[in-house]
Amino acid sequence: MSDVLALQGVSKRYGSQVAVDALDLTLRRAEFLTLLGPSGSGKTTTLMMVAGLQRPDTGTIRLNGASVGDLPPYRRDIGMVFQHYALFPHMTVRRNVGFPLEMRRLPREEIAKLVEEVLELVRLPGLGDRLPKELSGGQQQRVALARALVYRPALLLMDEPLGALDRKLREQLQLEIKRVHRERGISVLYVTHDQEEALTMSDRIAVFDRGRIQQIGTPEELYDRPSTRFVASFIGDTNLVSGRAISTAEGVCEVETPAGRVRASVRQRIAAGTSVVVAVRPERVSLASEGEGLGGSVTDVIFVGTARKYAVRLDDGTECFVLRQVGSAPIGGAGTKVRLSWEATHAIAFEA
Amino acid sequence: MRGDGMGAWRLLRAVMCCIVAAWLLAPLVVVVVISFSSAPFLQFPPPGFSLRWYVQLFSTPAWTNSLLVSVQIMVPAALFATILGTAASYALVRGGVPGARLVMACLMLPIVVPGMITAAALFGVYRGLGLNGTLTGLIIGHTVLCLPYVVATVTSALRVQDARLEDAAATLGAPPWAAFRHITLPLVLPAVLSSLLVAMILTFDELIVSLFVSSARVRPVAVQMWSNLLGDFDPTISAIASVCFLLALLVLLADLALRAGKSSRIA
Repeated sequence: MSDVLALQGVSKRYGSQVAVDALDLTLRRAEFLTLLGPSGSGKTTTLMMVAGLQRPDTGTIRLNGASVGDLPPYRRDIGMVFQHYALFPHMTVRRNVGFPLEMRRLPREEIAKLVEEVLELVRLPGLGDRLPKELSGGQQQRVALARALVYRPALLLMDEPLGALDRKLREQLQLEIKRVHRERGISVLYVTHDQEEALTMSDRIAVFDRGRIQQIGTPEELYDRPSTRFVASFIGDTNLVSGRAISTAEGVCEVETPAGRVRASVRQRIAAGTSVVVAVRPERVSLASEGEGLGGSVTDVIFVGTARKYAVRLDDGTECFVLRQVGSAPIGGAGTKVRLSWEATHAIAFEA
Repeated sequence: MRGDGMGAWRLLRAVMCCIVAAWLLAPLVVVVVISFSSAPFLQFPPPGFSLRWYVQLFSTPAWTNSLLVSVQIMVPAALFATILGTAASYALVRGGVPGARLVMACLMLPIVVPGMITAAALFGVYRGLGLNGTLTGLIIGHTVLCLPYVVATVTSALRVQDARLEDAAATLGAPPWAAFRHITLPLVLPAVLSSLLVAMILTFDELIVSLFVSSARVRPVAVQMWSNLLGDFDPTISAIASVCFLLALLVLLADLALRAGKSSRIA
């Protein structure tokens, strides 16, 4: 069995509120799997149940093939990094990191050696004698990471570990965590509500909404082929245009909107006459001054470095964004009439 | 103008503080001064100074015995109250005990209920158990009286500690007892020690319960002072009062040192 973690039919409710609803999930060895979703979608509850800090109402959780449902956290072979670090304030960095080894009754010299090694890994050598409060937020989170890694647990759980850090530091630590993941070959279950972070770091992403997994797949799959409207709008920037299906053929559906006709691919048959929403990424939209597609007018042009972002109001009032590489043929500024079009394979229609 | 006004207020405030301090301290000063008096009765200011009342105090078996009894009560009662109170606090704050608020309220009762009633109740219960007039009875009674102070101090210290630290310890492989011993207890230790000291002062000074459940043979110092005051008394009473005062002062200083140490170690 190469799955490190397997959840089967796991549910958890708080009173009448269903936090996690009949969840199935597997994590492969050395995989970086992210649970992504808005707050209250059940991702943290799922993580807490894997850690043993919450008990599922139903279902089984297997770690390395063995059911851990009845095991308390301290008997599960897991490491956990918390959002607010949860470092022990009365212990030095070295004792914090050595704590799990102390609990495992390793000999003193061995502890000292392993602690130095892991502090090296998270790039914190020489800070072993400091107290947590003497470190910056980023350094504290590295200590927390080192502490959760030092005993080589089968699975590393991370609960929004970068949530309390500023953007710059967050991006830097994302890369660091990825590097540690690669170098140690550990299996990681990561929770975040930040879709960019999920796209950057994950091998696979499970998108959560209201206690259920909406879609699970690689970042590319989720970005290019979202299976629900929620996933399409939660991951990356998406334009959503409402209309009515007028015909479908070979996985492509023609959609009539008040602003014009467009084509989009469909995942399942959609009957003619159904109300649909077409999702399309800003960088997949072509802008032209005339021709087919949807009519609208430019309301704003924003320079974002490598590209220009056009805000367009369609004739039916829908707001859209179009991303064009700097250097492509210029289009006028605010007020210019434009036509928006795209390849049918780059847009997806969902039943509204 | 404005500066002058502030100055006047500050002056007034300083004067007020001095008056309050004098009001509180003057009786103590008088007692301590009289304990060094050479006169055979309470007289202030004393006509001369001597140590005769201290000699008297430490050579009278009634006094020395009662001091010993008080210490024999104080040490175990303060320790039991601290241990039980800390355990109860941990269970009430972290344990998810059903009806924790109610249990907490019950533990606080000895502060709320008038001392006379607690004392009478203990007396009644002890009569059936044969505990009246015994050291054991006094220790149990004083433990009950000290418990609420320990629980109040330790629960508030536990509430400000992040419960996540215990979760973290658990995920790192620490069973509950190890997590308590290595993480929670060291973090609330200043509060625990502080409540131990407060408990010591409380039992040493306690009179009402002691009056009810003590006997001529097992008589704590507060009861001995009380009965001495009811009869003919001489400045020995101010000598013993000064000794008690000194003890309380030492405990308070220890507590102060403890708090200073705590605030410099854990920001």
